[in-house]
Amino acid sequence: MNQKAKMEIAVGAFIVFGILALLMLALKVSNLTILSGDDGYELKAGFDNIGGLKARSPVMMAGVRVGQVSNVVLDLESFEAVVTLRIFSKYNNLPKDTSASIFTSGLLGEQYIGLEAGGEEQVLADGDVLAMTQSAVVLEQIIGQFLFSKAAGDD
Amino acid sequence: MAAMLSFFQQIGSKAFLSLARLGRAHIFLLRTFGALPSLWGEFRLVIAQLFSVGVATVQIIAISGLTVGMVLGLQGYTTLVDFGAEDSLGQMVALSLLRELGPVLTAILFAGRAGSALTAEIGLMKVTEQLPAMEIMAVDPFKRVIAPRFIAGFISMPLLAAMFSALGIIGGYIVGVGLVGVDDGAFWSQMQAKVDFYDDIMNGVIKSVVFGVVATWIAVYEGYEATPTTEGVAKATTRTVVHTAFAVLGLDFILTALMFGGL
Repeated sequence: MNQKAKMEIAVGAFIVFGILALLMLALKVSNLTILSGDDGYELKAGFDNIGGLKARSPVMMAGVRVGQVSNVVLDLESFEAVVTLRIFSKYNNLPKDTSASIFTSGLLGEQYIGLEAGGEEQVLADGDVLAMTQSAVVLEQIIGQFLFSKAAGDD
Repeated sequence: MAAMLSFFQQIGSKAFLSLARLGRAHIFLLRTFGALPSLWGEFRLVIAQLFSVGVATVQIIAISGLTVGMVLGLQGYTTLVDFGAEDSLGQMVALSLLRELGPVLTAILFAGRAGSALTAEIGLMKVTEQLPAMEIMAVDPFKRVIAPRFIAGFISMPLLAAMFSALGIIGGYIVGVGLVGVDDGAFWSQMQAKVDFYDDIMNGVIKSVVFGVVATWIAVYEGYEATPTTEGVAKATTRTVVHTAFAVLGLDFILTALMFGGL
């Protein structure tokens, strides 16, 4: 094998390994695999207070990830936070009266939406609004209430 | 009074020299861009440069990436375990590598390994009067010498940065999961949940493309502008490494502020 062929092989291997590294980053490290090819369907839910919920926060049901938050906006008429949830299309039989709550994973962890299935026969479809929601627990409010009741009890 | 005037004169002449240098560097870059289309069909020139610029840098990139990832894994674990958050180790290692350390360290190592070699090579071509000889033979040194090296650096940098980050994550995995006992599944799933393909990986690739252009530009320009003496080439090589480090770190701050700083 001559010098030129060796060089070309080395350059070819370099480019292939570089692209493989990029592919590994894309497929193994990023969320591309979670999202790719699955547009799912969208649900909306209004909350009085969403705490620290952001776009891309997970949506869980019974601890299993079933989708993610795709958008958060403030509704200027009701002054509620309207959260758009993108649910993976394989979870397409959630009952109509499914309720949504905002939970925190662990004591200091990130916030996520937990769905709880209801008992209705009809299922949710793209664009439906979740009627029953429970806002995020804001730690300051709880501490405030606790101190207030404590002070009231001391009298 | 006279001392003060000469003080201002010194500052003025320094500023003038730096501005003139910056201007020449940009004219040089434009001439390089102008020479790029002539490379079509001359792939052998580019492949030879990819070999000496890209392949030769793989070794140092691989070793550095692996060790940086291992250190990140160990140090990250020490801090995170205090908060019971060691499951987030994968996310921490991946984000620091993809957003910052991968592109920046690759560019600085590239300057030390490949950039200095480019400068010395072109500078010595000037010392031995190969560049004027080419011009006499009606061969444009920009088409023959500068453009292939420039495009090779431009192609190599993103590939090298990707290798750096990928090996760094593997290094973090070896230490985190293999050595200190982070859960295997949590390591990858936390990473996948928090690393966004467009926001994190593509922004890292954009960074490394920018650094690739800047680092190669500085290297070939310093070589082309070197004073054609032994000392001149030595100085130009040093300037390549120092200027690339400054340029990359400064640009990295601006790019980070634009991409992740919410500006």
